Amino acid sequence: MKCQQCEKPATFHITELTGPQPQELHLCEVCAKTYLLQNDGGPAAVAPTLANVLAKQLKLGQAAEELAKLDQRSCPKCGITFYEFRNQGRLGCPHDYEYFERELTPLIMNIHGEGKHTGKRPKREAATGGGAELIRLRRAMDEAIKKEDYELASKLRDQIRGLEQ
Amino acid sequence: MSGPKLDELANRCGEWLRGQGPQSEIVISSRIRLARNLSSFPFIRRCSETDRVAVERTFREAIASVPQWKGLIYVNVASELSPIDRQFLVERQLISRELSEASGARSVFIDSAEIFSLMINEEDHLRMQVMHSGLDLDAAWEQINQMDDWLDQRVGYAFHPRLGYLTACPTNVGTGMRVSVMLHLPALVITQQIEKVFRSLPKMGLAVRGLYGEGSQAMGDFYQISNQVTLGRSEVELVKQVAEVIPVIIDYEQQSRAFLVKESRKDLHDRVSRAYGILCTAQTISSEETLHLLSSVRMGIYLGLIKDLEIPTINKLFIHTQPAHLQKLRGMNLDTAERNVERAHYLQDHLRRRGNGDVGQN
Repeated sequence: MKCQQCEKPATFHITELTGPQPQELHLCEVCAKTYLLQNDGGPAAVAPTLANVLAKQLKLGQAAEELAKLDQRSCPKCGITFYEFRNQGRLGCPHDYEYFERELTPLIMNIHGEGKHTGKRPKREAATGGGAELIRLRRAMDEAIKKEDYELASKLRDQIRGLEQ
Repeated sequence: MSGPKLDELANRCGEWLRGQGPQSEIVISSRIRLARNLSSFPFIRRCSETDRVAVERTFREAIASVPQWKGLIYVNVASELSPIDRQFLVERQLISRELSEASGARSVFIDSAEIFSLMINEEDHLRMQVMHSGLDLDAAWEQINQMDDWLDQRVGYAFHPRLGYLTACPTNVGTGMRVSVMLHLPALVITQQIEKVFRSLPKMGLAVRGLYGEGSQAMGDFYQISNQVTLGRSEVELVKQVAEVIPVIIDYEQQSRAFLVKESRKDLHDRVSRAYGILCTAQTISSEETLHLLSSVRMGIYLGLIKDLEIPTINKLFIHTQPAHLQKLRGMNLDTAERNVERAHYLQDHLRRRGNGDVGQN
């Protein structure tokens, strides 16, 4: 395979994650160096940002095709896609920590160097169980209202009230 | 309800610039914040406005039901605050820029001594912070831990048995805690030793930020040092991690000050006196230059080069010459040029009165 920017053989295969779609680049050593330096963020980037850590980790692990598939996965409770998360650096709901566990675990290890909480615990831990279902129901109700399906919306509202008690 | 109460705050200094407490010549303040979320709502960025209103109400009612919190000032940031009032609270470090600039339902509870505040619908549903003057982390932790317990009895926090408190950003997961100490380090800046200190801190799991937090410039030689990680260590361990390094940095700063006095006393005295002179006589001055000069004067007082001023006076000027404070104290909106003139007048009034006009004499 030839370098996309000159005629030399491409020895570097880069998956770019900054755009809306993962993009594959095939470059020779010289062009790759120039490209990577341009995208390095320069000396201003002292601490690795969340996006950087995530991009680096994903680059190592997956091919573009797998990534595109992963990007489209969305949390069944809050609806956030993996692409939205890695683009904004903020998760959509508490349930995401379980739904995207496979992707988040190495990220969390990278940031914190540890994966297990050893600090304080809430005294009301038992009460947090039905939370994720409430998130899903509230979103469904919101959508029903937008579609003017008030019958469904009122059914969902009753379900929400039932769970809230 | 916010107007008159905020005006009252404007005339005071606030806890973090009180200028007292342990090591207060170099340590401005000790701050701890906890991030918490409700388990039954999406994180803020995924919240509909209905969700935001419900989260705001849930915390507002929970906070209002804590008997010890009867006298808190409640400020509805979304609907009651003018841009100047929002900026005013940011300058006092009672709310974050993020809370100030967001849209949708959001609010803050502030205690009248300004030691703690509870922000609702910031990056997380709740961000509470405790701020003590000087180096006082253990007491700050004790206080915020108690505050967290009171709310824990009233709302359902998002918590994972392995990952701890769940937060919108994975960089805060676990304890959700950020411990930060604000330091005034002018001598390390002058002697160019500051870079060395900062290069060594990340290796110890610590981050350095400017005066107003993440991404802000280091103004007036103020720096905030805080823990980098939030998971895998207990809250007490995190407090200890930050607390251990502070005396070392204080020691470096003191050594640098002693070095400057010994090696270049004349230059140092000149620098400090000129700064004092400009502050007393300028006709128009930016907030940036003011911070910079006040920083020199503050160090001059500590080293005994200026004898007719005290550190709390300088601390008060630091906060009162900030753009929103100046406008609130003056009682009107001012553009940048007008503020620079007003600031110069304010400084003249307060420094000349103190020093009886003997500019720089000691």
